[in-house]
Amino acid sequence: MTMDYQKAGRYFKLGLISTAALAATAGIALAKSDIVVAMQLEPPHLDPTSAAAGAIDSVLYSNVFEGLTRFGPDGSVNPGLAKGWEISEDGKTYTFMLREGVTFHDGSAMDAEDVKFSLDRARAEDSANAQKALFEGIESVEVVDPLTVKVTLAAPNGSFLFNMAWGDAVIVAPETIADIKTTPIGTGAFTFKNWVQGDKIDLEKNAAYWGTPAKLDKVSFKFISDPTAAFAAVMAEDVDAFVGFPAPENLPQFEADPRFQVLVGSTEGETILSTNNKMPPFDNVKVRKALAHAIDRQAIIDGAMFGYGTPIGTHFAPHNPDYVDLTANSAYDPKMAKALLAEAGYADGFKTTLKLPPPSYARRGGEIIAAQLRAVGIEAEISNLEWAQWLEQVFRGKDYGLTIVSHTEPFDIGIYARPDYYFQYDNPSFQQLMTDLGAEADPAKRSALLATAQETISGDYVNGYLFQLAYPTVANAKVQGLWKDAPTQATDLTAVYWQ
Amino acid sequence: MRNLWLGGLLTAVFAGMAVLSFLWTPYDPTVLDIANKIKAPTLAHPLGTDHFGRDILSMIMVGARTSIAVALVAVGIGMALGVPLGLMAAARKGSLWDEVIMRGNDLVFAFPSLLIAIMITAVFGASALNAIIAIGIFNIPVFARLTRSGALSLWSREYVMAARVAGKGAARISVEHILPNVANLLIVQGTIQFSLGILAEAGLSYVGLGAQPPTASWGRMLADSQTMISFAPHMALFPGLAILLTVLGLNLMGDGLRDLFDPKLRRARS
Amino acid sequence: MLHYLLKRLASLGLSLVVASLVIFLTLEVVPGDPAAYMLGINAQEDTLAALRDELGLNGSVAERYLSWAGGLLVGDFGTSYTYRTPVAEMIGERLWVSLPLALYALALSTLIAFPAGIWAASRRGSAVDVGVMGITQLGVAIPNFWFAMLMVLIFAINLRWFSAGGFVGWDAGFGAALKSLTLPAVALALPQASILARVMRSSLLDTLSEDFIRTARAKGLSRGQALRRHALRNALIPVLTIIGMQFSFLLAGAIIIENVFFLPGLGRLVFQSISARDLIVVESVVMLLVFAVIVVNFLVDLTYAIVDPRLRGRR
Repeated sequence: MTMDYQKAGRYFKLGLISTAALAATAGIALAKSDIVVAMQLEPPHLDPTSAAAGAIDSVLYSNVFEGLTRFGPDGSVNPGLAKGWEISEDGKTYTFMLREGVTFHDGSAMDAEDVKFSLDRARAEDSANAQKALFEGIESVEVVDPLTVKVTLAAPNGSFLFNMAWGDAVIVAPETIADIKTTPIGTGAFTFKNWVQGDKIDLEKNAAYWGTPAKLDKVSFKFISDPTAAFAAVMAEDVDAFVGFPAPENLPQFEADPRFQVLVGSTEGETILSTNNKMPPFDNVKVRKALAHAIDRQAIIDGAMFGYGTPIGTHFAPHNPDYVDLTANSAYDPKMAKALLAEAGYADGFKTTLKLPPPSYARRGGEIIAAQLRAVGIEAEISNLEWAQWLEQVFRGKDYGLTIVSHTEPFDIGIYARPDYYFQYDNPSFQQLMTDLGAEADPAKRSALLATAQETISGDYVNGYLFQLAYPTVANAKVQGLWKDAPTQATDLTAVYWQ
Repeated sequence: MRNLWLGGLLTAVFAGMAVLSFLWTPYDPTVLDIANKIKAPTLAHPLGTDHFGRDILSMIMVGARTSIAVALVAVGIGMALGVPLGLMAAARKGSLWDEVIMRGNDLVFAFPSLLIAIMITAVFGASALNAIIAIGIFNIPVFARLTRSGALSLWSREYVMAARVAGKGAARISVEHILPNVANLLIVQGTIQFSLGILAEAGLSYVGLGAQPPTASWGRMLADSQTMISFAPHMALFPGLAILLTVLGLNLMGDGLRDLFDPKLRRARS
Repeated sequence: MLHYLLKRLASLGLSLVVASLVIFLTLEVVPGDPAAYMLGINAQEDTLAALRDELGLNGSVAERYLSWAGGLLVGDFGTSYTYRTPVAEMIGERLWVSLPLALYALALSTLIAFPAGIWAASRRGSAVDVGVMGITQLGVAIPNFWFAMLMVLIFAINLRWFSAGGFVGWDAGFGAALKSLTLPAVALALPQASILARVMRSSLLDTLSEDFIRTARAKGLSRGQALRRHALRNALIPVLTIIGMQFSFLLAGAIIIENVFFLPGLGRLVFQSISARDLIVVESVVMLLVFAVIVVNFLVDLTYAIVDPRLRGRR
């Protein structure tokens, strides 16, 4: 008789809300200390260490859960629960010094045992961690004393501290792990309060936080997947901020309205026309080159993103200091594209598939690209897929000619060294480049290697490189301290306040 | 009679647009012109342009083709399978066969049709063909039931009795004597199912499960326009009007036909 | 009567079994692995296998059908793959939106249709009749999601009387909750009201031409009096049937309107679950809706059989 439970729960909730409302009216003279932040996707559950869903991190990262290290608003890696660390000469041993007096939200102390538990759990045989590769190099995790942990790696890894800052590497406690999916207990500046599935998640200020306390007392994350509803909710001021606003066409209206501020930040999302490099005729570099020249990036950015987005010519984030601008390599030139197709023996064009996942950059971008390809004789048949179908058909099954997707993981050019990756690019010299990069510590030499890597994939026309995805946030003009960019999936509200 | 004329006229206009679109449209509705996107109606584009700079009038013309084709084939499926089932059930009234057909009908009726149509297209992929199948399935029991009830009343008529006495088999009687006499009923119902099919196709396309781009479809035009309705209402207005007027035309025509075929009803109604 | 009842009950049971098989088998062939969806593009094969095992996706088709159908019999709808909460709880939560929405729309539809239908019937052939019939023609023909979009444009974006979408929840108070359901309910009610008004009118006209009304008229009742005192009650039977059918339609058919207004109702739950490949939720919700329709039909048939014994022999 679930219905009765539901009813009882509802009355109970009703009581809670009305007392809260009373308190709110009483304190009306004080500065506003609560915020409603909307985002498009709802987390499927609340365990960041066992799902790829970025939405989990968007709600919980840094707010509720913290790792040994943490990302700053600019993507830098800073101390988190570890106040410092020592790296051995050979680069294989990391000794982390943990902060003192850190407690989980259930009051228990966070110590070295919890760190060992978290890392061992993530790298275990039966682990459900979606980013298991982050932990692959770990050979052992030892508790030296309650506030010191020693992590030994199989080989030096220049990005280990970076890896530990990911949401998939946050520290959890063995006592509360069983219920983490519905009741997340972390160490962050906010505690989890309540989740109304399909609607919102409420957080509250953690009074016992070890660091700078949060400035807000209450936070609600509201989930509004529909772009129209998103527009309406912001316009009606039902929400105070919308992070990752889904409809770029509406941004000018918000910009023109003094009630709102619009922050357009950068992401790690390289949006590309992924090409099946093993499927004829895409196994012919001339055909891929023709493809690249047949595409008018600016038209895609204007038509699909209403002007928001930075053109890219390779698989690298333009805001990264090592980025090389190679867009000229694939300038829009339909005549040249036709000539290349004729050279490759496809003077009359050919037919292929264009499989599109749900986001509007893909659906709208796909319609534009199909029209541009049609102009040079390539008939790309569009099929719109849901994510589950896309993962099965395109990503795992490699049953596709073309697809559009934004690769949002930071610093992910290494995927081109994996011949079994879904675009099936198999170039031994590129693979060697990545091996060399892994062993190289000298920053100048690393830069040079990265430049060569970018040029290689651009020159091989592995994929069509379109644009770097923009990250628009629309907020009440009085809200301060929001992250502009999205160096990782996070909505860090620890420094947010009302003016 | 007024209904029939008005309905026929509206239907003819949209059917004419659909036919004309095979030969001519003001612009190529598959060619994008991003520089001219979201333009309100002008002389050059009487109904304006959409978010890719396509001519909305041209898209509505091609969309008429999509809607009419999907709905027409769906009605065809419903008739092709439903009518024989209904005739068979009536010919063997009360038999196990009849019971199975009628229970099967009830079962299909019991399914929430839109939900199942969405399920079907989600399972087998979004396409015009799957939309046709999903809509067509729910047309089968409509025609089966109608045919059966129409046929049952005929089986007791004298001329059918006479044919039986003359030794004609049930199948032959059904085709020769029953079917021609339920044809009027079927035409009226067919018109109504046709209009419901257009609404269903629009709904499926609206949630992204109908015809895929670059094929223009009214429902998808509405879906595309939704986030832009606050600054470009023309993008939402015209495709919606096209659906409304087509369905209205078909309904009026259906009513008119019913009155025409059934003078007794006409007297009662008007 | 008992024999009839037993026969109908048996066929009801059979219908439910067949329906559950159809639903289960259709969704069996849905492409897309829920585990892969949850773990995303960097998941490794062993991680996926671990999750599939955890979700119980590794059993045979027959095993999984029996465990699902067996669960339904005792009211256990299973556990959602993605949310990891009991499906029954999720359905309960969503019913708090879908059920009031359906009732609200039905109430609106009835409130509009009754006076309109009666008015039109009592002035048959007049300008009123023509006007009401014309409006109902439009109401039947208008795609309700488009009507909803236009209402959002006018009442939410321009006039700002209503919110353009979302549901504030019953916690926010009855009035506020009802207000957030108003535009969707109107969008749902318009076509239903149009249909109902037409049925009401023609049913009244049919009754008015029957003998007992003529008798009443002959006794000196005016047309309006005869209509109100005698015809109305008799005309109600077909109208009530339509209302019954509309209720189950509204419960299941609000899926697109729920999408337009972003309401966390049952239809939207199904839609979201299909895209997340949370098939157990889809199966259970669709089964519940089918169950509701079949039972409503059964009750309607039964009522008829009680009212009119002649019908028992039929079908």
